[in-house]
Amino acid sequence: MELRVLSLYPEQMNIYADRGNILFLRRRCEWRGIGFTWAGAGPGEAVDLAAHDLFYIGGGQDRDQRAVAADMVETKRTALAAAVDDGAALLAVCGGYQLLGESYQLGSETLPGLGLADLWTVREPGPRLIGNVAIETELGGEKRILAGFENHGGRTYLGPSARPLGRVVKGHGNNGGDGLEGVWRDNLLGTYLHGPLLPKNAWLADHLVELALEHRYGTRPTLEPLPDALERAAHASARTAAGL
Amino acid sequence: MSAAAPFGGRARRGGAVFGTKLVLARAVGAASRRSGRGGGTTLPGRVLLRLEPEAIARLGRDLRGGATLVSATNGKTTTAGMIAAILAAEGRPPVHNRAGSNMTWGVATALLEQRGAEGLFEVDEAWLPRVAQQLHPRLIVLGNLFRDQLDRYGEMEALAEEWANVVAATPAATGLALNADDPLIADLGRDPDTERPREGTLYFGIEDHTQALPELQHAFDAKHCRRCGHPYAYEVAFVGHLGHYSCPNCGAQRPRPDVAATRIELRGMEGSAATVRVPGGEIEVELPLPGLYNVYNALAAIAAALRLGVEAQRIAATLGGMRAAFGRVETIPIAGRRLSILLIKNPAGANEVLRTLKLEAERAGGIDLWIALNDRIADGRDVSWVWDADFEVLGAAVRRVTCAGTRAPEMALRLKYAGWPEDRIAVEPDIGTSLDAAVDAAADRVFALPTYTALLELRKLLSDRGLAEEFWR
Repeated sequence: MELRVLSLYPEQMNIYADRGNILFLRRRCEWRGIGFTWAGAGPGEAVDLAAHDLFYIGGGQDRDQRAVAADMVETKRTALAAAVDDGAALLAVCGGYQLLGESYQLGSETLPGLGLADLWTVREPGPRLIGNVAIETELGGEKRILAGFENHGGRTYLGPSARPLGRVVKGHGNNGGDGLEGVWRDNLLGTYLHGPLLPKNAWLADHLVELALEHRYGTRPTLEPLPDALERAAHASARTAAGL
Repeated sequence: MSAAAPFGGRARRGGAVFGTKLVLARAVGAASRRSGRGGGTTLPGRVLLRLEPEAIARLGRDLRGGATLVSATNGKTTTAGMIAAILAAEGRPPVHNRAGSNMTWGVATALLEQRGAEGLFEVDEAWLPRVAQQLHPRLIVLGNLFRDQLDRYGEMEALAEEWANVVAATPAATGLALNADDPLIADLGRDPDTERPREGTLYFGIEDHTQALPELQHAFDAKHCRRCGHPYAYEVAFVGHLGHYSCPNCGAQRPRPDVAATRIELRGMEGSAATVRVPGGEIEVELPLPGLYNVYNALAAIAAALRLGVEAQRIAATLGGMRAAFGRVETIPIAGRRLSILLIKNPAGANEVLRTLKLEAERAGGIDLWIALNDRIADGRDVSWVWDADFEVLGAAVRRVTCAGTRAPEMALRLKYAGWPEDRIAVEPDIGTSLDAAVDAAADRVFALPTYTALLELRKLLSDRGLAEEFWR
């Protein structure tokens, strides 16, 4: 078996140590004897949807988002939409999450989004939403906690057909108002929990690996348990930091 | 004016009411120090600014020789410490926030409690606009901008814009000492009207290609031309994104530095030696501080001191005579072993520390470490950055690492995924307990890598045990 990961715009969208997520997936595959390949797709580069099973979009500064938004719509949207419909997994965090929606309004400027989820983002007056965050999600069939850190100026609102990834237990979430965080549609996940979110939540990393392998091989594998004492301690540390 | 009489010559600072505020704030400082709980470097200034928001401007007017401000993501304290030593050797000891308390209250405390004709202040990146506006500096020294504490400073591009506004607001008489090798910094010296370096700007940089990084590091921050947005092309990089760059689109180029290290010899933890080109000549500089990042700090200090009128050979003599103890590298005897302390606080700085320790580990055949990751406000609440630092380079050489601090488990997890053997990684959040465990397990020397507030806790602990001086003296 092999996990095939593609990062979109790894040179531009990596502001909060996003590479930690990729490293986390890579090591856990190695330890389980699962093959691992990684590739990046930058501006102008086409996405071969058949070649990858897990797509990742990280965070970026305003400038980086401006640099990639139009290209993303032009050269990647069709393939990504088809891949997600076909059952490939997609994780978008922070700036990448904002670009999943219909649009991102930054003052007088409106960046186009991928339109893969029914949501939109607006940079409203008011402080950035920053801090440790914990959300409760039913992703994977049971109630679990995702813990992490958020830092965003944009406020995201879900449309009627969108389901949130979870409910904010501590922190701000999508917009600091409605208590919702992220978006979840089948195998597509978007969240403001940024940067190395997977190392803080090993269960989510394993869930994504299962989804991706199922997409490639047709059946959902049962992953071998790993000696995760440090991973559990790190998750507990992130929860504690969020005030849980 | 009789009410102001107790303040002697300081009555011109603005009369009785202000004088009373100064007395109150000073008394708070004295009481805080007597209590032995530390905080003497910030509390008086906090009280004073509460009583008198314009206190920095009012006290600053007494600095007849003007004020120098030093800011950077990495190296502020060390650079300012070097400039202070150079000025002191000239018989010009500055009013200086030497303990590294670098927000407005730290500056206010120094102004309140010290006397001198000149001011020298290291200033937190985010507070530079406020302090510059109050002090009308004679010289601004800007070292670098790295990805750091995004939760507190926001995005780097925004910070660079704020600094550009600071520079634009200064009168032409204000001198600048700028790092030519950091495109975000170098561009601040460009006069937007003439497109030429602004009058009175001194650039510094490295011109020894043997010190180049083999490849660009992951934590590479200045990707896009500040003028046109096109990605820069790098001929060579020395530390993070500091190097020789140009923009293939608009032709923007690294300015030729006036102060340049043309030959550098790194000697591990012992320090380094450099040949430095200065206007009209060349000096040989011996530095008792490790790593290329401290060469940059020294170049900044040399440029600043030249601009402040100190003769080049005298600058070299002072730098050569400095001991490491003033800065952020300290070696302290503890339980028959040595404890060497190196601050880590962001990917670029941590990478340089790890590079120095790799040399040290090769020399010693292994290395014992204590790493303390805190997430208090002054550290940055967000600890994501540890995944951007290249801990991978040390993995095989580690004998034992003890992880401490408020986010100790997350530090340990990072090291596990960097390929450090898990059975050599211990987790003990408590600073004292973990330090003792690390020292006990070590053969000889332990390298301590604390984040900022963990460094303060460590120094307090060492001072309570009588092993190191109180740092807030």
